[in-house]
Amino acid sequence: MTFKSFLDISNLSVQLDKKLILSKLNLKIGLGEIHVIMGPNGVGKSTLAKVLVGNNSEYSISGNIIYDSFDLFSLSPDEISLKGIFLSFQHPLEIPGLSNFQFFKSFVNAKRKYQKLGPVDNKEFLDNIRKFMKILNIHEEFLYRSVNEGFSGGEKKRNEILQMLLLDPKLVILDEIDSGLDVDSLKDVFKCICSFVKNNNSLLIITHYTRILDYIDVDFVHIMNNGCIVKTGDKSLAYDINEKGYSIV
Amino acid sequence: MNKLDIKDVINKKYTAGFHTDIVSEKISPGINEDIIRLISEKKNEPKFLLDFRLKAYSKWKCMFEPKWSNLVYDKINYNDIIYHASPKIKKNIKSLDELDPVLLETYNRLGIPLTEQKRIAGIAVDAIFDSVSVITTFKEELQKYGIIFCSLSEAVHLVPDLIEKYIGSVVSYSDNFFASLNSAVFSDGSFCYIPKGVSCPMDLSTYFRINTAGIGQFERTLIIADKDSSVTYLEGCTAPMRDENQLHAAVVEIIALDNAKVKYSTVQNWYPGNESGKGGIYNFVTKRGICLGDYSSIIWNQIEVGSSITWKYPSVILKGDHSVGKFYSIAVTNNYQQADTGTKMIHVGKNTKSVIISKGISAGNSKNTYRGIVSVLPKSSGSRNYTRCDSLLFGNRSSAFTFPIIKSKNSSVNIEHEAVTSKISEEQMFYCQQRGIDEESAVCIIVNGFCKQVISELPMEFLLEAQRLLDISLEGAIG
Repeated sequence: MTFKSFLDISNLSVQLDKKLILSKLNLKIGLGEIHVIMGPNGVGKSTLAKVLVGNNSEYSISGNIIYDSFDLFSLSPDEISLKGIFLSFQHPLEIPGLSNFQFFKSFVNAKRKYQKLGPVDNKEFLDNIRKFMKILNIHEEFLYRSVNEGFSGGEKKRNEILQMLLLDPKLVILDEIDSGLDVDSLKDVFKCICSFVKNNNSLLIITHYTRILDYIDVDFVHIMNNGCIVKTGDKSLAYDINEKGYSIV
Repeated sequence: MNKLDIKDVINKKYTAGFHTDIVSEKISPGINEDIIRLISEKKNEPKFLLDFRLKAYSKWKCMFEPKWSNLVYDKINYNDIIYHASPKIKKNIKSLDELDPVLLETYNRLGIPLTEQKRIAGIAVDAIFDSVSVITTFKEELQKYGIIFCSLSEAVHLVPDLIEKYIGSVVSYSDNFFASLNSAVFSDGSFCYIPKGVSCPMDLSTYFRINTAGIGQFERTLIIADKDSSVTYLEGCTAPMRDENQLHAAVVEIIALDNAKVKYSTVQNWYPGNESGKGGIYNFVTKRGICLGDYSSIIWNQIEVGSSITWKYPSVILKGDHSVGKFYSIAVTNNYQQADTGTKMIHVGKNTKSVIISKGISAGNSKNTYRGIVSVLPKSSGSRNYTRCDSLLFGNRSSAFTFPIIKSKNSSVNIEHEAVTSKISEEQMFYCQQRGIDEESAVCIIVNGFCKQVISELPMEFLLEAQRLLDISLEGAIG
């Protein structure tokens, strides 16, 4: 790496009720880099994602995370979001009665307020959303349904990516974006992600499966086990895992 | 990182809790026939009204406080209450110039400007302070349309026949414990008559203010909408913060004749007591309307955020054929507040229709109960009801209850009932925060989504008031 790390996790240990979930984990992600974290169930992948976005009230934590020169632990979850980290949820939440459109408008305006801009113009905003919806193959009525309520697995994940495009974050964490997605949805979703990361955005993909490597070029593959990263390599490492299983690490 | 504390987010400061320093003329506390005669005498009432009061009092003496509600509260000692108190001001004033500036200032602080220049365009206000109406705005303008809008005490002298005919016709003097008490000692309230064929050109409103310590407020409102008329009515209520509980037992009666439409909206923001449940208003209110004529409609909207105890069931008797009754309610309880609220829809006429949408939100240690009756009588063929009552819970100490009763004596009717109880989850909150929305706004948008069905039914003027009180972002409902 020739430039300074954008995200620098050092010696991160996380405990829940005296059980060690992450143990002295180290990871550096540079601007514009695409990282994949793989590993069997229960090794702490999703916990890492949660900690990175500030959802950590139940844990006891040691170590450091520096993001874009900020101490991540000094920021509240909404501040972390405003400073450009986006998490695509493994299980996106439902908010009954609140339309997608109103939800989008609320968070885009929160971001604009943070950037000291006035509220978004309705027409302009709608045009912008429609542009993204077209790429993601999302139908117009989607906007007026309650947030994620009654959505299929594929619709929920498309909705996450639509939100990502609207917020234009600097670091995106995809927590098992590929679970519950059929092939067509996977194609639509990764088409968006690929064009999105061209703007020097960083990406951290958390997954069980190597099938996503067919859709995106990644820079680093990390294998996680027992709460820390046990092996790092390039794309070929993922294919080894695919063939021989996690036993090779 | 600090744990999410939703309590902090929804704990709002009570801004209407100030006391107005004005000399009050009080009668001595306690209730007996002499007190009732004194109240009647003070208002120079005709005999029929005194008889009505005395009849109610003798009935009330034999009645017991209802025990069926889901409410727990300290015993009310009816002989400690002062039943009439009025600010010492000039009576029967003709213009605002004569109104005590202290009172003007009070209403200004409450966001109800009364002066000509500052009046909210399109809303006439009857301002009730303790036991009396201090001023009614736009009275003359409304007279041009034949509309009578004034305090009930004034109406008794202006249109005694109408009062004699309709008072107690919807909520009888013997209806229930609190209605009987009110019938015996009622002080002031608003009166409104909309003549045939008139659509009221502005919204009418009553603003109730309890100021003096130790008093009870027992106002009575009577609204008569003649054939083919329509009116939108708004009601607001506040009180100072005090450690002792104060009783408010009101009666509202609405009569809608053929094809008349009445929409009655309440923002109930009585002092709710402090965080540990000390103080606050005991709100025991009987509100009922009758769709007397064919094709008439009565709609109740209520936003209940205040009072330490709320006992209130705005109801509609659907007597006329094809008449419509609706009830839209949002009840928010926090800390140690208790609300037992809902509605009764009594289907009497043919092809009548009722809609009930109730949203209860409970936080802190509070208790929020929906109680409702949908009753269809034998001759009410082809009638319909749709009920939806949802509850939203914050934290682990609040509770929600639902007691819906459905009675149908006609086989040709269609009754639907839906109910959902959900909890605002930390995951939901976190999902919003991960998108950059701060905690407070996250609560607002989640609650707003929950209440959407009710909020979209509120009159425009009311939305602003509702927003101020509920801290709900209303973008969703009006955008």
